[in-house]
Amino acid sequence: MSKLNLSVRVGNIQLRNPTILASGILGVTKALLKRVAENGAGAVTTKSMSKEPREGHKNPTVITFEAGMLNAVGYSNPGIEKAAREFADIQDVGVPAIASVIGTHKEDFVRVVEGLSGTHFSAIEIPLSCPHTPGFGLLAGQGTPQATFEITSAVRKVTELPLFIKLSPSIPEISTIAKAAEDAGANAITAVNSMGPGMIINIEAQKPILDYKVGGVTGDALRPIATRCVYDLYEAINIPIIGTGGVSTGRHAIEMMMAGASAVGIGTGVYYRGIDVFKKICEEISQWMRENSISDINTIKGAAHD
Amino acid sequence: MIEQPAMVKICDIREESPLVKTLFFESSMNFIPGQFIMVWIPMVDEKPFTVSSIQKNLLGISVLKKGTFTDLLHQKRIGDTIGIRGPYGNGFHLQPELHSCVVGGGIGIASLATVIDTLPKITIIQGTRTASEIIYRKRFTDMRFCTEDGSLGFRGTTVDLLEDIVKKQQFQKVYTCGPEKMMFKIVELCKKHHIACEVSLDRYIKCGFGICGQCDCSGQRTCVEGPVFTIPELNTMEDFGRVALLKTGERVDVNNHRQLSYISIDNAK
Ligand SMILES: Cc1cc2nc3c(=O)[nH]c(=O)nc-3n(C[C@H](O)[C@H](O)[C@H](O)COP(=O)(O)OP(=O)(O)OC[C@H]3O[C@@H](n4cnc5c(N)ncnc54)[C@H](O)[C@@H]3O)c2cc1C
Ligand SMILES: Cc1cc2nc3c(=O)[nH]c(=O)nc-3n(C[C@H](O)[C@H](O)[C@H](O)COP(=O)(O)O)c2cc1C
Repeated sequence: MSKLNLSVRVGNIQLRNPTILASGILGVTKALLKRVAENGAGAVTTKSMSKEPREGHKNPTVITFEAGMLNAVGYSNPGIEKAAREFADIQDVGVPAIASVIGTHKEDFVRVVEGLSGTHFSAIEIPLSCPHTPGFGLLAGQGTPQATFEITSAVRKVTELPLFIKLSPSIPEISTIAKAAEDAGANAITAVNSMGPGMIINIEAQKPILDYKVGGVTGDALRPIATRCVYDLYEAINIPIIGTGGVSTGRHAIEMMMAGASAVGIGTGVYYRGIDVFKKICEEISQWMRENSISDINTIKGAAHD
Repeated sequence: MIEQPAMVKICDIREESPLVKTLFFESSMNFIPGQFIMVWIPMVDEKPFTVSSIQKNLLGISVLKKGTFTDLLHQKRIGDTIGIRGPYGNGFHLQPELHSCVVGGGIGIASLATVIDTLPKITIIQGTRTASEIIYRKRFTDMRFCTEDGSLGFRGTTVDLLEDIVKKQQFQKVYTCGPEKMMFKIVELCKKHHIACEVSLDRYIKCGFGICGQCDCSGQRTCVEGPVFTIPELNTMEDFGRVALLKTGERVDVNNHRQLSYISIDNAK
């Protein structure tokens, strides 16, 4: 059989394969992003960056359960000035790097994006969907079509880079919000952020384990919901989708692409299968393609639709 | 494994020094010297500690009183509970056949205590600022002490003492834990004398299982690939001896930053 093609495009960004490191997993330093690239990722995303430094919530911030992970990290990051220094030579990573940008008011997003002007990121991702950090995402009212339109438009004016808007699985009208982002000039939708929030209680201590008490649910438990979101979005919008949520095997990635994703985000999968999960997933995708006589990964995109 | 704390009851407490207590509890955790656990006080915080004592199902952690969390651990009484999860990280590669030396600076000796228990013939150096900070005096009877003020044993740093000892005694391996400045110098010394060396690094630990990236040291996760690193590994880690990340992820000088009072007592000048 001829050589397999795993490369995909998200907007105008060419990826050597469809796996993308999701935001908030390992992306604190350039060195770790480089290591993820060396372990096979097609692209990498930084930890979300805000205008001012943030310490985040107290520990425990991340725990696991039978069907996934619960986290309330609280957007710890050194603030855009220091983060821009850390990621100054981001091209060293060797694959396209996506900068995750957060804020409370639309001016904050603009400030952070402007703070990245000296860097060489390939795209900007804007999560409007965190379920567990006061002042950000859902807790700042950013999960509405209007807020999405306003924030996306404001950022659109100050950057030429492709703009990805990251949405929550916990909002029923996800397609309406995605359309608002598309109308405001977004180049792709990342679907989805963590769901919930959820809670896990230690019954001996009789207290929630996370210090913030509640946190976003990711991993296996999220996958069928993320897949449905991607499926719905594929019918509703014309821009590409990065399918994120519970992907940890090649079969999961293929499923996500059949729902309509152009590429897949991977977060919790790093825990399940190690830092080389990207390489493993690509090998599994290749094997499946060989077994099913498919030579170009792009031909399966949206295959699950009527 | 599910990464959630399990509650254990404190069944014994030993005062090691005015600032260090060892808390004992029952657990069937399988622990390799050099690994660590996350200790949880509900509604307060969760922090990394090494297991400093293993006797069948009885584990102990030795806690230096430093800030809010460790102060609360010091206030615990027998019968109180704490949460633990782990073990995490890579431990020391123990080579009983080699002629070895352990070098502990400050509370760093806690991370080496189970190494000492496991290796039969070993030279032990414990360094502190002053005599009252020395711990485990009854537990390990043949320790070499050094204090900065000369109040016990050798006057000076552990690095000076080790340098002195290697002139007379040939070691094949050094295991060390303590302030990073000290470990950096010990690694330099070991390189000069062609001695193998493993260090246990201290970085801000958040998740403990390699997801958050907060404990990065030049692309290595202290909680997964570390906390123990060998000389060949350290040779590729530019940040060793130089940079650590604060809780925010900001890079700062590991030897000189007020928010990093990492493994306590800096007895390496
Ligand atoms: C692998 C490892 C093993 C350790 N083993 C021991 C041990 O056996 N005995 C012992 O006394 N101490 C040990 N420590 C250090 C211990 O975790 C800190 O002293 C403790 O967290 C301080 O908390 P605090 O609230 O009392 O002080 P704080 O006022 O919070 O902090 C004092 C300093 O402790 C450090 N610290 C705080 N939180 C963390 C964290 N989550 N992770 C890492 N460092 C932190 C920071 O440098 C901080 O500036 C270990 C650290 C690591 C990384
Ligand atoms: C520990 C942790 C931290 C996260 N931090 C962020 C973040 O800072 N910004 C963000 O947009 N998403 C964050 N997320 C969400 C992930 O990027 C991703 O959308 C989600 O985990 C679903 O994918 P998964 O099931 O593959 O993990 C975080 C997730 C986890 C588990």
